[in-house]
Formats: sequence, structure tokens, C-alpha cells
Amino acid sequence: MRKLGKKGRGLLYRVLVRFVFTILGVLLCLPVCFMITGSVMGEDDLFAYLLPVFEDRTGFAGWKLIPTYPTFVHYKRLLLYAPEFFVLFWNVVKLTVLILAGQMAVGVPAAWAFAVYRVRGRRFLFAVYVVLMLLPFQVTMLSSYLSLSRLSLLNTHWAVILPAVFHTFPVFVIYGGFRDIPRSLIEAARIDGAGEGRIFVTLGLGLGRSGMMSALVLGFLDYWNMLEQPYAFLEDRSLWPLSLYLPEIAWQEAGFAFAASLVMLLPAGFVFAMGQDYLEQGIVYSGIKG
Amino acid sequence: MRGRKRKESRYFLGFLVSSLTGVAVFVLLPFGDVVRRSFLTVMSGEYVGLNNYRAVLHNQAFRLAVKNTICFSVTAIVLVTGLGLAAALLLSRLQRIRLIKSLYLFPLAIPAAAVVIVWHMFFYRRDFGSLTAAYLWKYSGYTIVLWLAGIAAISRQLTEAARVDGADRLQVFLFVELPCLRGSLYTIIILSFLNSLKIYREVYLAAGAYPGEDIYMLQHLFHNWYVSLEFDKMAAATVLTAGALLGALLFFPALWRK
Repeated sequence: MRKLGKKGRGLLYRVLVRFVFTILGVLLCLPVCFMITGSVMGEDDLFAYLLPVFEDRTGFAGWKLIPTYPTFVHYKRLLLYAPEFFVLFWNVVKLTVLILAGQMAVGVPAAWAFAVYRVRGRRFLFAVYVVLMLLPFQVTMLSSYLSLSRLSLLNTHWAVILPAVFHTFPVFVIYGGFRDIPRSLIEAARIDGAGEGRIFVTLGLGLGRSGMMSALVLGFLDYWNMLEQPYAFLEDRSLWPLSLYLPEIAWQEAGFAFAASLVMLLPAGFVFAMGQDYLEQGIVYSGIKG
Repeated sequence: MRGRKRKESRYFLGFLVSSLTGVAVFVLLPFGDVVRRSFLTVMSGEYVGLNNYRAVLHNQAFRLAVKNTICFSVTAIVLVTGLGLAAALLLSRLQRIRLIKSLYLFPLAIPAAAVVIVWHMFFYRRDFGSLTAAYLWKYSGYTIVLWLAGIAAISRQLTEAARVDGADRLQVFLFVELPCLRGSLYTIIILSFLNSLKIYREVYLAAGAYPGEDIYMLQHLFHNWYVSLEFDKMAAATVLTAGALLGALLFFPALWRK
């Protein structure tokens, strides 16, 4: 140790920290490995491992990272013999896409208004938006229900889409992106005679993209995973998103459940891999105070 | 000058109007209705004064749920904030940590419904401890990212000046870096609290509408009242919870500035 000197010790320390954090991080991602191996495991293996958990409640006895007899029978069943799976998959795609499109259409101009115009009442309204963004779903559940039933939207997809479109969280994240645009740029555009609408389109939509992308990535991961809202406002099972269907698969069909879960995870994993930088940016933006 | 101000106001409202209308229709106005209903009976709509509030406050399930929710939130916030800061301080001395960060952030992308079967395998006990573990699993990356942003924002000039003045590593950390991180701590506590309420998804999926006594949360109670159409109690509890949250949000920063 003494021979290493100051520089060497620093290097050793950094290698050690990196090693420990990588091992821990890999452990955190272990559930995904379980899903992958579980989805290609035969019934016998699955029963042997899962019986102690689900019947005797003694905890799980073991797991294999490489199944004894790998099989694609669960995927085959999913793709060929489970039409309801596709209906629910399309439901969640439809819900997520419409919600995100609506949030952009409504939230981008709203965030622009907060970021650019310093008028009276702005601070108050912004505070209202922040408080609304912080309220958990259970607190707004009854008010959403009352307005949705008055508009007779209950048990339609709009009951899930519309309240989410007007959620104030994306406004806040998009605002974080607009805040980074230098004000002098906007002033210069005004002096050059550009109208307010044009400034919004060229400067706002052009330079504030990071906020919008962050809102989209955070929103996708949240709404793809949506549970409470459809459960409260959709009675008809054919309208359900996938997230309500997966937990209902009995453990005896664990292989099928693993395969279906993996299919649900894929789009979210793809968005995560493509948008990790925006995700981090969005997390940082949601911590900015107005 | 005044003409310009008026023009600005017009544009401000113009850009905001669609969002504001929606917020009013779907949140603000119905919330007023909830406040009104909290003073009425659910069936006949009679005015009953504070009876609903009294019923809620004396309700055993409500008391248990409030206790559990506060207990869990405090545990979760303390653990995730402390561990997150320790991890971020260690990681902030390394370069190229994108891959490490993605390992810790990935659980955030995994849909709760997709891991529910894995939850069943790990958390066959479904108690307070496993719930805390699930929370840390999901949100440690989130907190680390926030702390790292806070640490990156500390001015290097400040820490270097302290080093030049003869402060050692520990002193720089205690008297320069930590005070700079106060703002981050505030936002991290608020966001961790919100996330601690969102973990309900995982609890519900793993343990259903009536879980064990120590993880019966306020969210379960709201959900069960909603299912059994007890809107009068629910309205009173909604007003109480919203009031408590608002109070905490206003009171907390005031306390902070002292």
C-alpha cells in the first residue's frame, strides 16, 4: 500500500468503487434476468421452483439462470392463442400515445407562457400548477370521477386520457427546458419584428426540445405502467390496458406470465435505452423550483 | 409601456388558455364539488356539518392507514436520501458513469405489472421491510441522479478556495459542500415523498386490496371507499389529505429558510 503512492491509491479507490457499484447495479437488474429465463423454462422446472413460494409460502427454493430444457412454448401460446393479449396491448398503446400527444398539445404552450411572459398572476398560477402536480392520484380520484361522470365519459378511454392530458407535471418539465433559452434571444427576435407566435415556433420549439423530450420519456414510462386510473374508471375488461391483465394470470401459468411481462417490458426498455439522457434531464428538471 | 404589459398579459393567457380550461374542468371545479360534498351525506345529500370529518377521524382504518403511510414515507425518505447522497458522493469522483447510472435507473423503466410475478417470488412475506426494499430498488437511481446534479452545481472555485485556505477533505465536505446541497436536499425530500406514495402500485399488485396490517396505506383506504361508494367519507378524507399536503408544502420551506 505504501509503495503505491497518492496517485496509485486514488486509482485503486476508483476501481474499487466502480466494481462495487457495478455489482450492486447488476443485482438490481436481476428481476429482468428472472423474467427472461422464466419465459423459456418448461412447466416442470417452473413448478419445482415456484411451488414453495405460492403454495407453502416458505420462500423460493432456487432458480436457474439456464433452464434445463429451454422452450419457446409460452411465446408460441402468446403469439398464436391469446387474442385478448393483443387487444389489451393495443389499448395501452392507444392510451399512451393519445395521452402524450395531448400533453404536448396542451402543455408546450402553457410552459411557454410561464417561461416567457412575466405578468401579474403568473407566480400564483405557477404555484397552483406545482401543487396540483404534487397531488397523488388518490387525492384527485374523487374529483376526477365526479367530473367524468358529469361528462358521461366513464368507462370510455377518454376517462383515462383527458385527466392525464391536463396533468400539470409535463408543463413543469417542459418549462425546465424553456428556462434554458436565453431571454436576450427572445428580445432580439422581438426587435427584429418577429411576432410572438413565430418566436414560439422557431425559438421555443427549436431550442426547448430537451424539456419536451424529457416530458415524453418520463410520461411514457409512467403511462405505459398506468394502473390506478384505468382500474378506477374502466369497468369493461376489453378496454383495459395490459397492466391490469398481467397480475391476473395465475401462477400455474407462470411461464406464460413471464413471456407476456417481457413483451410488456420491451417497449419501455427501448424507450429507456434511447432516452436515458432525457430521462436524467427530466429528473433534474422536476427538481427545479419556479 | 403599459400597452406592452397588456399585450404580454394577452399572450400569456392565450398560450395558457387550453391548459387552464382543462385544469379547471377536470381538477379545480370538481375539487370544489368534493369540498361541498364533504359536508353532505352520500345518499340523501343532507347537510350534516362536520359529521363526515368526525367519522373519518374516528375511523380505525383511517388512523391505521395514516400511521402506516407516515411511517413508511419517513423510513423511505430517510433511507433513500441518505444512501443516495453517499452513493452520489462516491460516484461523483469517477468519470464515465453512464453505464452505472443506467443500471440504477433501469428499475424505473420496468412496468410494475411486468415484475409482479418476480415480486411474488421475492416478497412472499409482503411486510414493511419488503416494501421498503421495493422502494429503494425502484427509486435509488432517481435520487442518485438528483444528488449528482446538485453536486455538479457546486462551484469548484468555492471548494478550491477552501482547500487553499488549508481546509482538509472532511472540512471542505462539512462546511462547503454540504451547505451548498441544502437546496437539493429540499427538492429530493419532496420528490422522494411523492415517490413513496407512488409505490402503492407495487404494494397493491403484490398484496391486493387488503394487505397485512403494517402495510395498509391511505391509498388502500381511498381505493376501498371508492369501490364501496362511500363518497362522503372519501370527500372528507380527500379534503383532509389535500390540506395536510398543502400545509406541509407551505410550512416546510418556511422552516427551511430559518
